[in-house]
This record gives sequence, C-alpha cells and structure tokens, in this order.
Amino acid sequence: MWQVVYEELKSEGLEIIAVALDTAGKAAVETRIRATDIAERPPVLGRLMGWSDELWSKQAPPTYTCLIDEAHVVAELYGMVNVPQGVWIDEQGRIVRPIESAGTSDVVRHLDRTSFELPEDVAAQGVALRSQYVDALRDWVRKGAASRYVMAPDEIRKRLRGPGEADVRAATHVRLGRHLYAQGALERAKHHFREAVRLCPDKWNYRRQSNMLDPESVGQLNAGPDFWAAIDALGDTPFYPPAELGNAG
Amino acid sequence: MNVSTILYDDRSTGGLHAVADADRLWLTKAELEQATGWKLEPEGLCRGDACVRTNPTWLDDQGRVDLAAFATYMGQPIVREDAAGAWAFGDNVNAVCDQLFSLQAPDFTLPDLDGKPHSLSDFRGRKVFLFSWGSY
Repeated sequence: MWQVVYEELKSEGLEIIAVALDTAGKAAVETRIRATDIAERPPVLGRLMGWSDELWSKQAPPTYTCLIDEAHVVAELYGMVNVPQGVWIDEQGRIVRPIESAGTSDVVRHLDRTSFELPEDVAAQGVALRSQYVDALRDWVRKGAASRYVMAPDEIRKRLRGPGEADVRAATHVRLGRHLYAQGALERAKHHFREAVRLCPDKWNYRRQSNMLDPESVGQLNAGPDFWAAIDALGDTPFYPPAELGNAG
Repeated sequence: MNVSTILYDDRSTGGLHAVADADRLWLTKAELEQATGWKLEPEGLCRGDACVRTNPTWLDDQGRVDLAAFATYMGQPIVREDAAGAWAFGDNVNAVCDQLFSLQAPDFTLPDLDGKPHSLSDFRGRKVFLFSWGSY
C-alpha cells in the first residue's frame, strides 16, 4: 500500500524498506509482497489501516525494498513492539523520529467482530490519522532537517524503548525458536516464542507471531478469540499509540 | 551431550561437534572461530580489533574453550534446546541499548523474497522510511 507514496516521493530522495517480521518467511509473505492477492483483499482491511478507499483502490505490487526478518532482529535492534511500526532515517543514517505507529491507529478496536464492519465515523478518523502521517513524511522528504516533524535527539531518546535484560533474552528465545521452526520442531519453536511473550508481554510482534505458527495459520491474519482477548485486556492502553505529529519540532 | 548448532550474532552454524557438560559448552579453537568469529590467540580471545583476556577456567586441558562461560562474561543471554542440539547466544543488553540511543540507525542485513541480501547501510545518502509489518 505504501507503493503509491513511494511512486510519489522516490524521485525526491525517499527510499522505503519494508521488513516483514515473519518466522515462516517466504511462505507467509510471498503473496502479500508480490501482491497477487489484491483482488481478494477485503476493503475493510484498508479501512482498518487508515487507507482511504481511493488509495486502497490504487494498490500495486511494491517496487521498494521488501525484506524478510524471520527472527524479528530488526524489532530487537530498534525496540519495536508491534507491527506495523515505522522509523525515519536520514541521509547520514541517523534516526530523526522515534519508533512509532506508522499511521495505524486503534480503529481496529472498533471493528464489529462478527460482521467485520467498521463504523463510518471511526473509519474516517483512521483515514485522517494515516493521511496526517503521510503528509508528515512528505514534509520531511522535501524539507529534510528543517521539517517540523524532525525531532531533537533528546526528544527522540525520551520516546525510544531501550532494551532490558528481558528483551535481549526474549530475542534469543526467538532466534532459537526460529531455528527450531525451520527444522520442523514446531512445538519446541512455539515454546520459545511463548517464553519471549512471557518475558516481554508488551511486545505484540512476539505475541501475534506466537499465535500464528501452525501450518494452517501461516500467512493468515489472526482475528481469533485469543487475539481479541489480548486486545481487550489492554483496557485504556493503546494498541497503536498514535504518532506525535501535532506538537513536533 | 553433543551440540551441533550454534546461533551467535546473526550467524547460524550447523555440523559442529561441541560438547555440553552441565552449564558449560566446550568447542575446539577451530569450531569456536567458525561459530562465533572469536579466535583464541596468545593475548586472549580476539575478534576484529577486540581482545578479551582469557580466564583460565574457560579452557580445558585439551585446549577447548567453554563458550558458555565466555558468553556469560560478555553479558550475553544463553538459551538452549538440548534435544535439538542447539544453543543460542544473544546480544549484550548495553550494546543494543547504546547503539539505539546513539541514534545512529542500527545496521542489519536481511534477504528479500529471492534470497538476495540487503543492508540498511546500502541506502546511505537517501532518506529511508523503514517499517515493520507481519502477515499475522
């Protein structure tokens, strides 16, 4: 879906790198990356992610860089706790905004779990947030360091999630889990993913991955009772905290 | 207990003949270097510019090195799966933390769908919007 944005901004100096945190690798992501499934993607999916119906209708296979991270290494290095999350990196390789929701919002929590419909007003809020994020990205591409969305280093550091011992241990479990998964030792792989979830209960990428390792669930979107129960358990805590775009600079 | 696979940094090395004995993991010099890049030299265990003075308890009388003791000294988490003969060594928490808080974007190398590797550092000189996603 980012392809439309890439087409617009690549000639102005933007590269996009999409990293799939997906332990099943190619089997889980190939149809999504090659976009051979566009016709089957339900419109509600775009609305859940805040893409307007107009943009959603313009989906095209990505020509930007799409990488596969079976061991969730990038999430460990950057302190990412969910998918999708984004970060902006300038020409010198410096992080210029914190790791944050890349235009996604908690509209998913308003989805009717039986009809899979999203109320119009909620969908509109999601589209507004996404559009604000894309506008901010465009502003940075055009103005660079002068963009009001580039944050001061100390402001970025305040918002980063630095790792603790539990994080690096969880990441080690995930590396071993990924190895065992590739060896066909599914139950032991799951055990190590569950350990990672136990150590880092706030890391949704581990939690969501751990629920979707069985062969029949690979590549599927989890909308099962376990997922919703975990979402409900959040209470007032956001699933996708909105990016801070209003008072940047 | 034989350990044939060691995961260390982003390396995955199979076909090893390491031996686990309780909390210790013994490797020959050659296999240690193959699996971790650390080389036993007269001045210690060395890799690139770094050398760590060897603690005598890390070595046995056959000249093998206890990777578990060394990794513990280096502050690396260890996770093992003996039934599969696989041990994984993680990152030092301070190293990951310092790297992130330096705000110099941590580099990584990952494959695309065709298996071709790409590094973040290949894109130096361009602005990069990096995002994670998952099929789940």
